Amino acid sequence: MDVINYIFPNDLHVHWSMMIVLYPYLTGLVDGSFIIAALYYVFGVKSLKPIARFSLVFALAFLSCAMFPLILHLGRPERNINMMITPSVSSAMAGAGYIYTVSITLIMLIVLFVYRPTLVKRRLESKGIMNILYRLLTVDSTNLSPEALELDRKIIKFLVAIGIPVASVLHGYVGFLFGGVKANPSWSTPLMPVIFLFSACVSGIAILILAYILIKKFTNQPVDAGCVRTCINVLAGFFILAFSFEMLEVFSHSYLKTWYHHSVEGLLNGPLFQSFWVWQVGICSVIPLLLLGWLCLTKLKDSVFKFFAVAVSFILLLQVLLMRWNVVIGGQLMSKSTRGYTEFHPEWLDKEGVLTVIVLMTLPFIVLYIMSKIFPLWLESEEGSS
Amino acid sequence: MGKPDAELDRDRRAFIKKVLNGTIAGSLLLVIPMPMGAATPELPEQIPGIRGKKWDLCSKRFAFIVDITRCIGCGSCCVADRREFNVPDGFYRTWVERYVKDFESQVYVDSPNGGFDGYQIPRTDLDVEIRDTFFVPKLCNMCKEPPCVQVCPVGATFKTPDGFILMDDKRCVGCGYCIQACPYSARFLHPVTRTAEKCTWCYHRVRKGLLPICVSVCPTGARKFGDLNDKNSEVYKLLHEHGVLSVLKRDMGTYPALYYMGLRREVV
Repeated sequence: MDVINYIFPNDLHVHWSMMIVLYPYLTGLVDGSFIIAALYYVFGVKSLKPIARFSLVFALAFLSCAMFPLILHLGRPERNINMMITPSVSSAMAGAGYIYTVSITLIMLIVLFVYRPTLVKRRLESKGIMNILYRLLTVDSTNLSPEALELDRKIIKFLVAIGIPVASVLHGYVGFLFGGVKANPSWSTPLMPVIFLFSACVSGIAILILAYILIKKFTNQPVDAGCVRTCINVLAGFFILAFSFEMLEVFSHSYLKTWYHHSVEGLLNGPLFQSFWVWQVGICSVIPLLLLGWLCLTKLKDSVFKFFAVAVSFILLLQVLLMRWNVVIGGQLMSKSTRGYTEFHPEWLDKEGVLTVIVLMTLPFIVLYIMSKIFPLWLESEEGSS
Repeated sequence: MGKPDAELDRDRRAFIKKVLNGTIAGSLLLVIPMPMGAATPELPEQIPGIRGKKWDLCSKRFAFIVDITRCIGCGSCCVADRREFNVPDGFYRTWVERYVKDFESQVYVDSPNGGFDGYQIPRTDLDVEIRDTFFVPKLCNMCKEPPCVQVCPVGATFKTPDGFILMDDKRCVGCGYCIQACPYSARFLHPVTRTAEKCTWCYHRVRKGLLPICVSVCPTGARKFGDLNDKNSEVYKLLHEHGVLSVLKRDMGTYPALYYMGLRREVV
């Protein structure tokens, strides 16, 4: 052990481990996919029509699982409801339950309105339990008159428009949970919510592109190249913003050279050198930035474009995961003594271990699969069947 | 051969009588109130003006002063604290750090087992000429603006009107946000209760007019505790004298009620 390395005795443990890496990651995926829905339903970007509905169901599936890591992480998970029934108004964390409830209610409402024509059709064709389920989901309404559909369209636009600030709050808030901890110099920056928000958009759009192309590929359905191109353009825009803010944070502080910089530079150039500079910045940011530039600025064949769209999306998903890791776990490696660093070794079978992470990352896809039985993901397959 | 039946019956009767008498006498002992402290003599009052009075939460303003120049690193405070609260191994409500400085002004800090075993031998891993060494006891700073209280989502950690920051382990959800928020790393998650725990400045003792256990056992008077509203208290006098008193991490804006005498600039 380095003789200069000194950590406070209580700083040996990394209290917020992989579950707290996963929580912002999952909510981030929700935010990003919601952006795609917002671009179609509010801003009228027509080329996104093939994945507009998918993005909403995707967001709902992931949001429905987003709270599991938080609850699992609690020392006393059975008391989690205390956060909602006896919240302390001064605490940022006390807002988690409320913000989450508003978000999931809103996305559920949007999905129900978007799928109303489908659900009404299915209700008329179904029997037994499924019929009851469809009747519940449509609030027993079968009105598909042009006036009713026009009203639906207006309601959807209104709800998605509200959804934009709600989604921003949902994820900006997660960033604020870290940004508001003044005791940790690598967290306490007002830029934290902004960085979290933009990286959330990046990860969400990236996973949508990846899921869209891969699902279509494995089910032998055509991929809409125009839609993927629009998504890649949006992804490039958000990634430029996210990466710029991430770097702005580092470079402005390294130029200011305050105490903040001196305590954080040892962390970034020491224990986090590999995961931050090499992986997050070098491999997973610079390479996709170049790839995105190439994809957006040149005319490529559809097949080549799709291949690199998948590749760049995958790297960016990794980039955002690394960013969450470097912020959450990395930030805790530095002791508040500012004289040393602790270590973090993930365990496989722990309550917050690697296996739990795998299960929690698989769960939203299972939920998505089950939901797709009620809410068909693709418009064209439904049109084909009806 | 056994005893005759009549004799056996007599024995039985006598036995039952004895058992009944014992039971009744035992029950009476439980029912009749005994004078308080009859069994154990009451400890003499250590903080004046508390015993025999109704506890007025707002009349006291407690402060803790650590005199670094007096600490000898014996670890008595850590031992007493661990016994008082049954603190699990590897976690610390209070600890003592050892600072070593060489002639190049390089600072070496350690706190093996939180100083619990006392610093009985010098550091053997340093191959430098040592210029200076001193000990720094650490504990909860009882901030006037406590970040741990601010961030607790369920109000499980709270500030009492007399200035103590306490934990309600029945309410704590174990989220660990207070542990992240404490700039002094004075909190930990108890491995058994899975709730946050911290130094209380022995609130249970103070309410009875006794000093915190670490203050009580300190052989050199390096730890001092008292009421700032009592002009005769040692802490009042020290805080109003010309001596230099400072707090840890002043820039955090937490306004600690834990002061340090002779604090060196190397201490974080």
